[in-house]
Amino acid sequence: MGTAAAAAVFVSMLVTSAIITGLGLGSMYGLLALGFHVTYAVSATVNFAQGSSMMLGAVFAYTFAVRLGWPLPLAAAAALGLCAAYGALVELLAVRPFARRGSNAWLMATVALGIVADNAVLFTFGKEPRGFQMSWAAGSFEIGGLALSPLHLVIPAAGIALAAALHFFSSRTRAGKAMLAVVQNPDAARLMGINVPAAILGAYAVSTVFAGAAGILIAPLFNVHSDMGTLFGLKAFAVAILGGITSAWGVMLAGILFGCVEALITALLGSTYTQILTFALVIVALAAMPNGLFGRAGVKKV
Amino acid sequence: MPSIHCMPFLSRRLVISAVAAATAFMVAPASAQDTLKVGLVAAMSGQSAKSGEAIVRGLSLAIDEINAKGGLLGKKLELIVRDDESNPAKGAVAARELVQREKVAGVFGGLDTPVSLAIVPFMNQSKVPFMGVWAAGTAITRNGAEENYVFRVSAVDVLVDKALVAYAMKKYGAKKPGMILINNPWGESNEKGLKAAMAAKGVTPAGIEKFEGNDVDVVPQLTRLKNAGADSLFLVGNVGPSAQVVKSLDRMGWKVPVVSHWGPAGGRFSELAGPNAKEVHFVQTYSFFGNQRPVGQNVLKQLMAKYPDIKSAGDVTPAVGVANAYDAMHLVALAIKAAGSTEGDKIREGFYKIGTYDGLIKTYATPFAPGRHDAITENDYVWTQFIDNQILPVGTKK
Repeated sequence: MGTAAAAAVFVSMLVTSAIITGLGLGSMYGLLALGFHVTYAVSATVNFAQGSSMMLGAVFAYTFAVRLGWPLPLAAAAALGLCAAYGALVELLAVRPFARRGSNAWLMATVALGIVADNAVLFTFGKEPRGFQMSWAAGSFEIGGLALSPLHLVIPAAGIALAAALHFFSSRTRAGKAMLAVVQNPDAARLMGINVPAAILGAYAVSTVFAGAAGILIAPLFNVHSDMGTLFGLKAFAVAILGGITSAWGVMLAGILFGCVEALITALLGSTYTQILTFALVIVALAAMPNGLFGRAGVKKV
Repeated sequence: MPSIHCMPFLSRRLVISAVAAATAFMVAPASAQDTLKVGLVAAMSGQSAKSGEAIVRGLSLAIDEINAKGGLLGKKLELIVRDDESNPAKGAVAARELVQREKVAGVFGGLDTPVSLAIVPFMNQSKVPFMGVWAAGTAITRNGAEENYVFRVSAVDVLVDKALVAYAMKKYGAKKPGMILINNPWGESNEKGLKAAMAAKGVTPAGIEKFEGNDVDVVPQLTRLKNAGADSLFLVGNVGPSAQVVKSLDRMGWKVPVVSHWGPAGGRFSELAGPNAKEVHFVQTYSFFGNQRPVGQNVLKQLMAKYPDIKSAGDVTPAVGVANAYDAMHLVALAIKAAGSTEGDKIREGFYKIGTYDGLIKTYATPFAPGRHDAITENDYVWTQFIDNQILPVGTKK
């Protein structure tokens, strides 16, 4: 085999393994960004501290599964339940009082509540990062000369399944359609007997459950600590804007795209350039397509 | 006239502030006279919180010993701890507060090189000694200041890097090592040191890769090193990031010798990195396992008496924090004793006058001299691995 051919094999291996990494992380960004999408679609507000919601999912699941010894599925379900409650709390405390007055202060209020949550966890959960190993996630296997961990398959699969579930919910169920009606015209929706505040509250619960699920899925790859979500939350917001925050599939695709581009830049050019180039690309993409890659221009119908 | 109206108001305010100032002055010197204060700026919260706790334990133990023998310059020693949250800006503010408000005789530093580097210029400027007990960045003690007030009882990157290269070549026959380094000043400090150490041995690196402290997946970087033909890895990163490297190696199924700086020692490396944590061999300045000299036996006994959670050598984690801080506090006390004063420039001269001190890590003989501010040399390092959440000398246990 010539050197050129050998180099080509190397590069293709680099690219494949980068794409696998990117799919996993990207679908996590996508899940978090879907959380932004859900609340934005219904109320034009978001929880800027999605990273904290993600961290809470992982911390709750760790507490139930490791400290209390519950079986993992039960621990995960209980953690997601608490996440939903936390999401509702965010809406009630940090969004509703301000949005009702037409003020944009929810922006800062959600950030503040996130910081409160991070610090509450720091004091109760502890300062040290903890490892959250799950037995099914251990080890690796090989497909076509490429080493894979079960997590490489489960994380993107779970991410896409959740996105599909959201799509099904909003387009096929009564409650989902009611939410869409709230988006289009809150006043008309109210006149039609739709409970608008409940729909918004529900959207925040769903949004936080998505973030919590991302936290639980990422935990075995990462470690559990109070600021584990900060960087994720930031990247996810970039992803949500990049995808065009109004489109669910767009947001999910943008997440996967962001993850893959990030991993490809690291693999091909080296890690020195990762942050500079990925975020520079975000700016270029938004300059060229102001409504995001998959979004539509908002048209206010009167 | 307006001045008449003003006068009583002004004087009342003056009286109040004068009283406030007077009480403040009365309180401040009174407490300063009681004790001789030393400060610590270290990570007491966040990912490296355990390191700060270990330093506090080592310092407290030495302070107890010194106070039991009547203290220093006729005063009891008192430790004042400030949390830097691993944040250089917060560390710099804390050091300033300790020096200017608490009037400490000296400040001890913590685990983070970036924090120490942020504090060093201020300490040299205010002529108050700074004693590093953990952060290994070369430029902390070799900072180019004309009058250098920075001393250290800890590993030094440039020496650790030499030791890493020598170990990888001897133990694993490494010919083409790759570097995987945390992307911060500590990583940079070691990039320079490793390059120089490898060049001195005629070895070329397979590649140099950086990763972020919060990176979840380091597979892309490691794949580059693997494809470049790396036969061993030099790892520099704190415990969390180091664990991410080990887990990424697992996922790739790449079994490669990993020779590491001492980052893994900062926390629960076995728990975070999983079963392959033990494959990482890393450098330490001290281990409480194995045969201990009388000083070591005594320190361990005192630690168990003072801290109920310490039941055996394995519970002294991270051992380097405790050991370095213990020896550093005794050396600082010897310097202050030699100086006969708490004035910074006299203490600095005092460090150079220390003769022999039978310490925990070793017996120090003239540990400091002008231009030589690091008390620990590369011959003092111990090679260790994590087995079941304990740091053991390599080969102690399978």
